Amino acid sequence: MSKHHVSTVINGDPVEFLCETRQTLLNVLRDDLGMTGTKEGCGTGDCGACSVTLDGRMVCSCLVLGVEANGKSIQTIEGMSNGVELHVLQRKFLEHAALQCGICTPGFLIAARALLERNPDPTEEEVRFWLAGNLCRCTGYNKIIEAVLDAAREMRGA
Amino acid sequence: MTTHQNSTKVMKVVGTSPVRPDGVQKVTGVAQYGADYSLPGMLWSQILRSPHAHANIRSINVDKARALPGVKCVIIGSDFPEQAFDYVGPERVAVNYWHMTRNIMAREKALYEGHAVAAVAASTRAIAEQAIKLIEVDYEILPHVIDVDDAMADDAPLLYPDMLMRGVDPAPTKPSNVSKRLEFKVGDLEAGFASADEVVEMSFKTAPVHQGYIEPHACLARYGADGQCELWSSSQGHFVVRAYTAKLLNINLSNLLVHPAEIGGGFGGKTVVYVEPVALLLSRLTGHPVKIMMSREDVFKATGPTSGSSMTVKIGVKKDGKIVAADALLKFQAGAFPGSPVMNAAMCSFAPYEIANTRAVGFDVVSNRPKSAAYRAPGSPISAFAVESVLDVLATKIGMDPLELRLKNAVKAGSPTSWGPKHSHDGFAETIQVLLDHPEYKKPLGKNQGRGVASGFWFNGGGESTASVHINEDGTVVIATGSMDVGGSRASMALMAAETLGVPYEAVRSTVADTASIGYNHVTGGSRVTFATGMVVVEACNKIIDELRLRAALMWDVDVTGVVWEDGFAKPADKSVGDFAPLSLKAIAAKRAVTGGPIGVESSVNAGGNAPGFSTQFCDVEVDPDTGKVTVLRFVAAQDVGRAIHPKYVEGQIHGGVVQGIGWALNEEYIYDKNGRLSNAGFLDYRIPVASDLPMIEAVIVEVPNPLHPFGVKGVGEANIVPPMAAMANAIFNATGCRMTELPMSPPKVLAAIDAKNA
Repeated sequence: MSKHHVSTVINGDPVEFLCETRQTLLNVLRDDLGMTGTKEGCGTGDCGACSVTLDGRMVCSCLVLGVEANGKSIQTIEGMSNGVELHVLQRKFLEHAALQCGICTPGFLIAARALLERNPDPTEEEVRFWLAGNLCRCTGYNKIIEAVLDAAREMRGA
Repeated sequence: MTTHQNSTKVMKVVGTSPVRPDGVQKVTGVAQYGADYSLPGMLWSQILRSPHAHANIRSINVDKARALPGVKCVIIGSDFPEQAFDYVGPERVAVNYWHMTRNIMAREKALYEGHAVAAVAASTRAIAEQAIKLIEVDYEILPHVIDVDDAMADDAPLLYPDMLMRGVDPAPTKPSNVSKRLEFKVGDLEAGFASADEVVEMSFKTAPVHQGYIEPHACLARYGADGQCELWSSSQGHFVVRAYTAKLLNINLSNLLVHPAEIGGGFGGKTVVYVEPVALLLSRLTGHPVKIMMSREDVFKATGPTSGSSMTVKIGVKKDGKIVAADALLKFQAGAFPGSPVMNAAMCSFAPYEIANTRAVGFDVVSNRPKSAAYRAPGSPISAFAVESVLDVLATKIGMDPLELRLKNAVKAGSPTSWGPKHSHDGFAETIQVLLDHPEYKKPLGKNQGRGVASGFWFNGGGESTASVHINEDGTVVIATGSMDVGGSRASMALMAAETLGVPYEAVRSTVADTASIGYNHVTGGSRVTFATGMVVVEACNKIIDELRLRAALMWDVDVTGVVWEDGFAKPADKSVGDFAPLSLKAIAAKRAVTGGPIGVESSVNAGGNAPGFSTQFCDVEVDPDTGKVTVLRFVAAQDVGRAIHPKYVEGQIHGGVVQGIGWALNEEYIYDKNGRLSNAGFLDYRIPVASDLPMIEAVIVEVPNPLHPFGVKGVGEANIVPPMAAMANAIFNATGCRMTELPMSPPKVLAAIDAKNA
């Protein structure tokens, strides 16, 4: 069983890796590339903890094969801040205490950023439905929703 | 919204909500959870699990698996040391290592689908997955039993042919699936019911629900050639992981160092071990580090949940609302090994109310499903569903507002309990009153809408904790505890330390230390950490203040009694001591070498004086009469927390507990097929609440301080999950006229109830 050679861009940097046909992108990121910021909560696309973007499209990396990333650009949580300057969403999650255990947080941040790129002025209901694919068991979602709405306000300059 | 009661002392830092010390790591993906560790030469382990609900294991042939290239080791249950059959520790949380080792890996029998029967360590994850498929297990399939009432039937298949019910005298001679009977009784039940104007008796069933933490269990183990080993494990208590793992593998505690990985949710379910002893044994046998990650399916089939139950509750009241008698029969599923939280349930059932005549009888019952584990206020939400539903029926019968009924009977300091000591704290009535005064409580509702209320009690915890405080060379502060941070406790520890020392929050670095770097800490559970670990942090800070005064006295060449500590500075107690400028931490630290060396202390406590948590909640729901779907319109949850150290995380605990309760009430259940196999072992079909299911939850923080804690803390993590199921059932009744007595109140069940009522 020979491995596949895959060429990608991850968080802006060119990255090449070898992977088996059956390996998921999540598996490649975490086990082979050491990028453990992307989390595994279910492995079946139900919890959203492994959310990344692939050419700007949000995906569950547990449902994407490593080979499918060939020629594509991947954004993960490790690329969200600009050096030591946090993304507005990251800062708002901290200020609003929008995380308790934090295991779902990378997935929520990736999903929330994807929402605000498409809809800079979402209603509470739109935020709730967009984030319905990301499970959080700790917070009851209140403070996550508040953080996203507050980040949207700041990003709009409102 | 926060309601302060009796809180007079003005705080500078406590009661603010700064960013947590571990926050940036958690929003940037840097924080390392259980599955995020790896070591050079690491092997991957996979665990083979029983496909059968109940089967004798005649033999296991691992030859083919061992022969697969890349496989380093295969183990089965008998590779673990045998344990004595004995229930050890306090009855409420007793542990039996004979059971524990068999839950980690089956020996004579597989007792539930998903029960571990063998484990492989191999050079890659793919080879390990391939290898477990080559293990040949010869099963003799046995009849199984899932439901608790079925398990108690005379002709039920027995999980243990020698299990004789404990707690009855004389002991039975015939084995059963009942592990234990217990009873709490006060007063004269018969006379109490005879004096009642209204008596209601109802039966209820609740489904087991999983804690549903998003992080599956995971660990990395390394066994050294010198016998010294390390574990990186995600748990609610690395000292307890050390204790269980060492016991199950016959290792000295000092030879096992457990590193606290960040924990991705636990809610009680990570106070036990599943994978750690397996990984460490495989590491011992191979000489390589070994990593295990459970799949989500494994988590559902082989860990947690809390018990399902079958209950009957009877309560009698006078016309004026005084409760005169209450009786509960509680049958709890323990899972495949004894140890449900039925004792808690019996104690908590009537604990919020002052009732002269009560009895609660509990049965701990085994069946062919995963061993139950603690889940947020274990036991209390289950009995509260029954008790608080019956109270609602009674309130309607006597024409009394359901909150007024609870207020009339609410316990206060000095009220009796069914288990002996009197209640020592107020706080319950205050949670009811704040809802009676809530502007939304009397607001009219529309068609198909209803409002429900319920209350709940939880003991909260104290116990053993250790903390250290060190003053750095530049005068900044490092504190360490051994309490896992499941939801912001590093921040609350830093807040209490900063307040005590009189320094800014930012001057304190707050950490969680490994088992070799700090003294013992019991688990992060029982709502104990902000109380008990907070208490020892304050004690350590007070000790270091004494030390700082001593250092200042040496610098000034005065007696230590002439030095006081105020707002982060050593100052002369009065003018007679001398005219000295106040000394900062930085100034004292700079002179440490000539005043005695590094400045640091460690303190330990076995904290008593914990005060219970009470929660009262109301919710408004709308029920779709065509589908039975219940929509939550409003949820208001009041809880007495004593003192909110970090109010935003306190609110977060209340939001989270309520939403877990909403899931328990409306959706969550284990669905078994006729072969005893779980049909919904994934988050798609075991549906926990998602953001679009919910409104904003309103947390009302009530603060009636605990005088036995330096900052008045009682605890916040658990009482909030006790009322929601009954509050929802009561709201559904008020919306539809249908009394739901089974959880979950999923659309098909609600629709069936509506159809039956209309028929």
